[in-house]
Amino acid sequence: MARIEFTLNREPVVYEGDAARRLIDVIRDDFGLKGTKEGCGEGECGACSVLVDRAVVPSCLYPVANVAGRAVVTIEDFRNTKRYQVLQTAFLEEGAVQCGFCTPGMIIAAEALLSKDPHPTAEEITIGLSGNLCRCTGYNMIIRAILRAAKDGDGLW
Amino acid sequence: MNDISASIVRCDAAAKISGRAAYVADLSIDGILHAKTVRSTIANGTILDIVIPPLPEGVVIVDHTDIPGENGVKIIFKEMPVFAETEVKYIGEPILLVCGPDKAVVEKIARKIVVTYKEEPGVFAWTTSKSHYAYQKGDPDHAFKTAARIHTETFETGYQEQAYIEPQGMIGYPEAAGKITLVGSMQCPYYVKNAVLGVIACDDDGIRVIQAETGGAFGGKEEFPSLTGAQIAVAVKKTGKPVSLIYERTEDVEVTTKRHPSKITLSAALDADFRVIGLKARVGLDAGAYLGLSGVVLSRSLIAATGAYTIAHLSVEGDAYCTNTVPTGAFRGFGAPQMFYAIEQLMGHLAALAGLDPVAYKRRHLARKNDLTSTQGVFRDPILLPAMIDTVLQRSDYKRKIRAFAKDDAWKGIGLSVFFHGCGFTGSGEATHIKARVRLEKDADDHVIVRIAAVDMGQGSSTALAKIVAGVLERPVATVHVPHPDTDTSPDSGPTVASRTTMIVGGLLARCAANLKEAWVDGMVQTAEERYVQPAFITWDEEAFKGDAYPAYSWGVTAVEVEVDKRTCAVTLKGVWSCYDVGKTIDAILAEGQADGGVTQGIAYGYLENMEIKDGRLKQRNLTDYVIPTASDVCPTDTVFVDNPFAYGPYGAKGLGELTLIGGAPAVTAAIENAIKRRITRIPATPETILELIEHGQD
Repeated sequence: MARIEFTLNREPVVYEGDAARRLIDVIRDDFGLKGTKEGCGEGECGACSVLVDRAVVPSCLYPVANVAGRAVVTIEDFRNTKRYQVLQTAFLEEGAVQCGFCTPGMIIAAEALLSKDPHPTAEEITIGLSGNLCRCTGYNMIIRAILRAAKDGDGLW
Repeated sequence: MNDISASIVRCDAAAKISGRAAYVADLSIDGILHAKTVRSTIANGTILDIVIPPLPEGVVIVDHTDIPGENGVKIIFKEMPVFAETEVKYIGEPILLVCGPDKAVVEKIARKIVVTYKEEPGVFAWTTSKSHYAYQKGDPDHAFKTAARIHTETFETGYQEQAYIEPQGMIGYPEAAGKITLVGSMQCPYYVKNAVLGVIACDDDGIRVIQAETGGAFGGKEEFPSLTGAQIAVAVKKTGKPVSLIYERTEDVEVTTKRHPSKITLSAALDADFRVIGLKARVGLDAGAYLGLSGVVLSRSLIAATGAYTIAHLSVEGDAYCTNTVPTGAFRGFGAPQMFYAIEQLMGHLAALAGLDPVAYKRRHLARKNDLTSTQGVFRDPILLPAMIDTVLQRSDYKRKIRAFAKDDAWKGIGLSVFFHGCGFTGSGEATHIKARVRLEKDADDHVIVRIAAVDMGQGSSTALAKIVAGVLERPVATVHVPHPDTDTSPDSGPTVASRTTMIVGGLLARCAANLKEAWVDGMVQTAEERYVQPAFITWDEEAFKGDAYPAYSWGVTAVEVEVDKRTCAVTLKGVWSCYDVGKTIDAILAEGQADGGVTQGIAYGYLENMEIKDGRLKQRNLTDYVIPTASDVCPTDTVFVDNPFAYGPYGAKGLGELTLIGGAPAVTAAIENAIKRRITRIPATPETILELIEHGQD
């Protein structure tokens, strides 16, 4: 039985249990944060993307032990930010959402990408999103949305 | 009035982006039991014994002995068991469920259950036909006797996995008076309900089915949820508790339906001028262990035999074969992608034989208004293909590129496909099988609720249908609501399949809204209902395969440009240009989303998505092995929709969702052929296939 302290969505939290448990299960089942989705369980699809110390990680491959002392942010907290508002508007306007199952993960990946590079090219966006699968859109509308967010949110990242 | 095509923000998008939208795995119910399926590990045989370890308190086994009614899932027939009894017919066939409050414990028990079998050799060859159709047009024997030459080729296509990002999931819970409610990720709530009624042996009001937010489907959630719905209903019936069955990805890929592998032999009778005067088509589909929808898939393949061309003399036949493999089923295009791949490849190869540019050769054969269809129905509406081809040629710079690539040392190529999709159910299906009903309910605040069984699985139907209703009512879209279907409150407007939702359900809603508008009284609670009536012009003889197979046809032209790496034989997409006639788009951005996503799946079917099977065991069982396009695999797309309003569609709309996939594979294959100067007869054209063709292939 491990005791793991970390911050989850800016709140200090304590997890007590199996240290090998997947971060996604802790987030969804213990903390009830269902915005993080499980699409494949093998780190291929990115629907489970969360931020750990601002970097995007697939929470389905991540043992909870790895977040000890670190800051985890999920869509439930990120959605309260100005950056999120800009991304949401861009996703809405550019038609970047269809079934929506990949979308929270895409938003998290976009945040990580824009944090590193506030003005990426389309090419850099495709690389930044290469860990996030979408089966509905063919990606172009998502890429356009992130280009638009980078422009409309100039100065936020 | 505003143009209906002008885009609005889709009504469900904000909830999805913010993570608030609740998919089935996100629903939590106190005291819910988690279920895990124990499956056959052999392809063919009988179960001799099942040894179950001692069960902890609260863990329950659910199997065929718990079924109150029939052990058969109604799809078309009831041949597929809910749980295997003694026979097992494919690797992954469900035998029983382990249900319990702790998921980890349930999984542990499931792994410890030992099933022993008497194994029989699996049947993997296509020898057992369970569905056969044949039809003729004109005098094919005469055409082949008098032909200047006959050209015959065989084309093969592989499996394709729907790979919706949300895996399959179903939850069930008991309600008062023995009623069972099922909530799940699905396309067809009434398919689930009707399948479960016979299994539970209850009255019509004993089962309620509600669609949860659905994270993609593409046909993969058409018939499969009828199986999981039946299993969960049996588990709820036995335990009296809520039960949840959420698939993991590997399980989903291994056991859910996929696109049928096909083998299609086409013989063309050519006149002295290389024009196709007759065609013989022989189609084989692998249905897997149970027929399911395969007969219907086969019929759509056969009807598409001539592609977008008019051929006077025709002989078409095909079979769906049962083998000891995972059942195949619905997938966007429903048998048409295989046939269009084959006929488009054939036309390209015939053009080479004739020494003509493939586009010029295809143009000589295009179907025109008032021509007879393959099944001797009539193309009653204008066909705009010549202008659509011009649009794609011009926007892709096709003519310059094809000349330049011929001289280029690099392996560059461009290819173009022409295709259609028949909108709605085949033949008289809408009138005889579906009999769709819709209802509008207006409340005292003058908000209108749309009661239908059509689901929004991501394609945006709830937004499109709200726009249609609001448009006819001349009310703000925000006052029209399209809730998730619930069989207790929504009439059966039919399944969400066959590119029928906008055209058929939307058409009914437009008429229903017109009636409501007529009777409209501000502040009064009112309802209006409408049911499907087949247009009188449609005639279809199911036995003879003769008449109007579809009420309307949507048309498309797609060009794809590629470069093939000379060292690795990897294909890089350089450009995708499409022009579609879907009558009228109900929302430009939604339509563009369908176009982009569909063509991406279609192109990937042609060159990227590879799934193989050996002795009944799939080699690709997850998204690491089964590669679907990532953002790095796609390229910018250019899409044009032309208006060609259909008199019976809402605002002139025809079907959209499936059309956009169909041209992808033949266009990318033609582009790869153009690049490597070799003939391709099997898809996907993977780097291994390309290398093999370079070394041993035919020009």
